[in-house]
Amino acid sequence: MTPEILGTYAAAIFLLIGAGFSLVGVLGLIKFNDAMSRLHAPTKVGTVGIGALLLASMTYSFVSGVPSFHEFLIMAFLFVTAPISANFIAKVNIHQSHCEPVPEPAGDETWSVLDISEEDRELEEDGEPR
Amino acid sequence: MARAFRWLMPHPFLTLLLAIGWTMLQNDISAGMVVFGIILGILIPWGTSVWWPDTPNRFSLLKMIPYSLMVMWDIMVANVQVAWIVISVPNSKLKPAWIVIPLDLVEPEAITLLAGTITLTPGTVSCDLSDGGHSLLVHVLHTDDPDAERDTIKARYEARLKEIFS
Repeated sequence: MTPEILGTYAAAIFLLIGAGFSLVGVLGLIKFNDAMSRLHAPTKVGTVGIGALLLASMTYSFVSGVPSFHEFLIMAFLFVTAPISANFIAKVNIHQSHCEPVPEPAGDETWSVLDISEEDRELEEDGEPR
Repeated sequence: MARAFRWLMPHPFLTLLLAIGWTMLQNDISAGMVVFGIILGILIPWGTSVWWPDTPNRFSLLKMIPYSLMVMWDIMVANVQVAWIVISVPNSKLKPAWIVIPLDLVEPEAITLLAGTITLTPGTVSCDLSDGGHSLLVHVLHTDDPDAERDTIKARYEARLKEIFS
């Protein structure tokens, strides 16, 4: 067993793990029947699924003698941006009432997405689309 | 001197991060690229400081490292749990729930980190902040006891973040 063979096997295993988690994430996206539950599937693909695929890519790059650190950066950017897109999808769901009614916040009046500023309240009463 | 330093580098950690990021993008370490990374690391925070006026004045990078490792471990454990829920629990038996987390944290950066941690951990997504910033709305995919979930998040993540930002 040379390091090259071991590294290739390790990369293959990481690829399988990554592909497996991505598959489960996609299954979740199809299976769940409510917009908020669906949101949970991509957050899973975004972390371990992509993480394992990038780890495979990195292992292979080291084995083949061209070491690469770009994968760390991809991971870092994903970890920073994924919660923001999830947050925006959730906000749209709450805003358009595509989900269970939200509970009251503790310590404040309302959630910021439902907080309509004074000048926009008239629009709301006129029955304009939100 | 200190004022000149603050004017030049409003966010020292961002400067460091940009310099390291730029060097990693080049995929090999050469003096020229490190210097160019430091120049970018000074110029970018300086140019964008208008949109990020307040720096958290107390931030412990040393305590951030065990926290990141713990979050990564939690992500992996939770991933397996959620994958099992997706495969084994039928839609009719799924118990999604909203939970409201009253926040002890006040710094926007700390709340952002907490919300990001909650979203990255599979099974929970942070959805919204109340208008005064005193509580966080979190959606849980499958839980029997929403209160226990809330207490776990408060004890496991929020308490540690309070340590980091104090």
